[in-house]
Amino acid sequence: MLAWTIYLSFLGALVLAILPKSMIAAARVIALASAAAGLLLGLLSFGHPSEGIQTVVHSPWVPSLGLEYHLAADGISLVLVLLTGVAAVAGILFSWNIDHRPNEFFAFFLALIGGVYGVFLSFDLFLLFVFYEIAIVPKYFLIAIWGSTRKEYGAMKLALYSFVGSAMVLAGMLAAYVVSGMKTMNLIELSHYAFPIGFQMWAFPLVFLGFAILAGLWPFHSWAPTGHVAAPTAASMLLAGVIMKLGAYGCLRVAMTLFPRGMDPWGFTILGLGSWRQVFALLALIGILYGALVAMVQKDFKFVIGYSSVSHMGFVMLGLMTLTQTGLDGAVLQMFSHGIIAGLLFAVVGRMVYSRTHTRDLEELSAFSLSKNLPFAAFTFVIASMASIGLPGFSGFVAELQILIGTWKAFPSFASFVGLGIILGIAYTWRVLQKVFFSTETARKENQHAHELEPITLQEKFGAFFLMAASLFIGLYPKVLLNVITPAFHGPIFESLRKGGW
Amino acid sequence: MYEINYTQILLASIPEIILVVAALATLAIDLGLLRQAPIPRRFLAGAATSSLGCIAAISWIALHPLETNLLNGMVVINPLIQLVQIVLLALAIFTIGLSVESTFTKHVGEYLLFLVLATAAMLFMVGTQDVLLIFVSLELLSLSLYTLTAFNKHNIKSAEAAMKYYLYGGMSAAFLLFGLSFLYGASGSTNLVEIAKAIQSAPQDPLTIVAIVTTIIGFGFKVAAVPFHLWAPDAYQGAPTPSAAFIASCSKVASFFVFAQVLMIGFSGAEGSASFRDHATGWVLIVGVAAAASMVLGNLAALMQQSVRRLLAYSAIAHGGYMLLGIMSHSRQGTVGLLYYVITYALTTIGAFGVVAVVEKDTGSDTLSSFIGLSRRAPFLAFCALIFFLSLAGIPPLAGFFGKFYLFSAALSSTFGGLGLLWFVLLAIAVSAVSLYYYLQVLKKIYVEETSQTGSLQVSTVTQLVLLFLAVSVVVLGCFPTLLTGPLEHALPVIR
Repeated sequence: MLAWTIYLSFLGALVLAILPKSMIAAARVIALASAAAGLLLGLLSFGHPSEGIQTVVHSPWVPSLGLEYHLAADGISLVLVLLTGVAAVAGILFSWNIDHRPNEFFAFFLALIGGVYGVFLSFDLFLLFVFYEIAIVPKYFLIAIWGSTRKEYGAMKLALYSFVGSAMVLAGMLAAYVVSGMKTMNLIELSHYAFPIGFQMWAFPLVFLGFAILAGLWPFHSWAPTGHVAAPTAASMLLAGVIMKLGAYGCLRVAMTLFPRGMDPWGFTILGLGSWRQVFALLALIGILYGALVAMVQKDFKFVIGYSSVSHMGFVMLGLMTLTQTGLDGAVLQMFSHGIIAGLLFAVVGRMVYSRTHTRDLEELSAFSLSKNLPFAAFTFVIASMASIGLPGFSGFVAELQILIGTWKAFPSFASFVGLGIILGIAYTWRVLQKVFFSTETARKENQHAHELEPITLQEKFGAFFLMAASLFIGLYPKVLLNVITPAFHGPIFESLRKGGW
Repeated sequence: MYEINYTQILLASIPEIILVVAALATLAIDLGLLRQAPIPRRFLAGAATSSLGCIAAISWIALHPLETNLLNGMVVINPLIQLVQIVLLALAIFTIGLSVESTFTKHVGEYLLFLVLATAAMLFMVGTQDVLLIFVSLELLSLSLYTLTAFNKHNIKSAEAAMKYYLYGGMSAAFLLFGLSFLYGASGSTNLVEIAKAIQSAPQDPLTIVAIVTTIIGFGFKVAAVPFHLWAPDAYQGAPTPSAAFIASCSKVASFFVFAQVLMIGFSGAEGSASFRDHATGWVLIVGVAAAASMVLGNLAALMQQSVRRLLAYSAIAHGGYMLLGIMSHSRQGTVGLLYYVITYALTTIGAFGVVAVVEKDTGSDTLSSFIGLSRRAPFLAFCALIFFLSLAGIPPLAGFFGKFYLFSAALSSTFGGLGLLWFVLLAIAVSAVSLYYYLQVLKKIYVEETSQTGSLQVSTVTQLVLLFLAVSVVVLGCFPTLLTGPLEHALPVIR
């Protein structure tokens, strides 16, 4: 049944592509319907999670090469499928106002969603890669056609970074396929094959980095802020909310399970680093601090959120590298949590504020007295900020706390820096909150158009409440997700990872 | 020495005979009956006659599966060769379909005649394992192609391109003949299998090495491998669009097939090795150098192009580099990969030229900027272009991606212990990441940039049908590659 999340999205995209240009209202409804159907399917299969891996479709594809059309889901897939559904519905609600080539917009949007679902559900490495690359092209067009600020540059940069990353993955994947000699791309079987340690030592960083580029790992993150800023609201929500998770998911699902010994110590140290695991953990930590520090000095509202995504994704990557149950649980939870919160933040910045004020400059925005003139936007942003800085009761708290605990166990010396990262997060969030919404500089003249801002629409309110509720619910009752995430790490696919290095 | 059975030879070459008859019929009808008719009608009638000939040849081949070897390899027919012949004929039909709209010439009958004769030459060329017949049919093909390139008399670039193509082609023929004569001297035979026996006894003989090098140079010109690629951009740019599409597709498939046959059958035993830190003299190493240079130079030079035809030419050079990897892997899987790649590439590139032809007819130029706003003016055409260019870039689920995957995995698994050719594959993957940039440049013009020109672009029904068929086949072959790899694997002789 879960397979229909993919088919419905692509079907919706196809219908929208051939729909007459004049039927704009119908296009929106079709887009919303297929996204909502995907969310519903995700929720339904969440209701009855069977033990371990539930197979969705399993049939041969190219028998002579041993490629299979194998869709399945474990707890981690389920969580991310759910996130994709939520982000898709919210994204469509927040792009209700698109009137420039709307049919094409929603067609590309749904094609992207379909590719994302496909990645999360593939248990055949080849199939996973196919869906992973399908997601590249719609991203490019979404940004290049409907974006703002240097859109063509941002779009091309994003596409090339993604493509370079996937080229690295392709190389590693081909090598693994040939070296194992098993004529199979089945992830579970490949994860049980003991690749020679020398091979793992170069294949692991190759594939891990290939995916990590898309997860915004420092110093390969620079596509993320420019891409997020250039993208239209719904695309930024998806980019930060879901696409970056594709990268992290690939790291966890492919690089770490196939080449677990690649994280073993080298046997020597360079600059105090003794293994790829420590190298990537350090890069993730730098990403957390660097993203937060850069966010603190931005003048553009959207860049602040863009860099905050880099910082938050650093937490995910660090959680993965802890290789402790708590840290890994936290990493997956943070993927979900950040997906929701980043969506909410970008919705406020891009849709509620920018499409009304037509500026993202923090100084200029403070002249709009947004807390008075757009109270709902201010309210939403306050909630989103609270979630983002990890106040207890919101999803971000549970996730970052677990990652912090995991780090404490794995890399004690890093823990205090992670704490610093959280504090810096409070600082930059507070700064924009104060500047944009609650500026008290009375000397400044209020912008004359401030009172003419159109009110927040019903769709926006609905979408915002939807995301806030999701974050709050997971924050108050994280067990819903943890109950499926934790068992997933005991599944057959993580067996080798647990045996080595863990 | 051999008893010559003319009936058998006649039977084996019936497809070629059908083609020649069809070509002559096309000419006769055009010159005899339709002399006064308007050009579009003459093209339509001529295209119908010549396509009918191709279809008749396809049905003959499909209905008469044959496995034969006449005159010691002079005429060889086996399931694989028949499959390749069917593909060549089908590609020729698409090219003819795209030429229907052309207005560049008044000599409709002659144009189609050369097109069909070139196809017949290719059928002969793939259906032989004798270097003499390979050379003769290659020359017949080349001469037809030179003429096809020069056919646009109103465009001086067409003449320049043909001249360049002719001079380079003549040079390459000289090299090829030189190499083949050495081979004959070494083995006393023109048969590839006999030549292989002679080479195996002395693979490092200087004479053999010279023969190998010159033969590779000769074929390198045909497949436009660096450093023998210089004719390609000019020919692609100057030739009439159907001719360019024909050179880029049909001729490419036939040349690669023959190239692979000559190297894999004729030079087996002298392959050497291009593995990392394990080089050995042999043709794999030489082909490897050409492959690496083609991939790098083709992709980098394509970045700079403003003319879409030149861009396609450099991309063809780069794709040629990937395909040489299939030859280098010198294995069954490599051959299947090579054929899958070159066939799907041919389908894609005919489609791309079809789009270029329509745009060029409307705007009078093939520069990137003349594609601006195509998605508004001709949504269907734009969508086809999206599929073709993404397939060339190797984006799944289109055929171009699976071809790359198959080819690269074949190259990796060709050496013992695996990964011998890893550095080649890494290079190929790295430069193919570069290639996305320039394909996206074209698509950016089509989809992203807006134009003030609003009039919708007229595309004829025949062109639309051909493009639709090509686009669908690129998608279908990408999603279900077994449709093509299955028959290829089935047809490939087990012992190679």
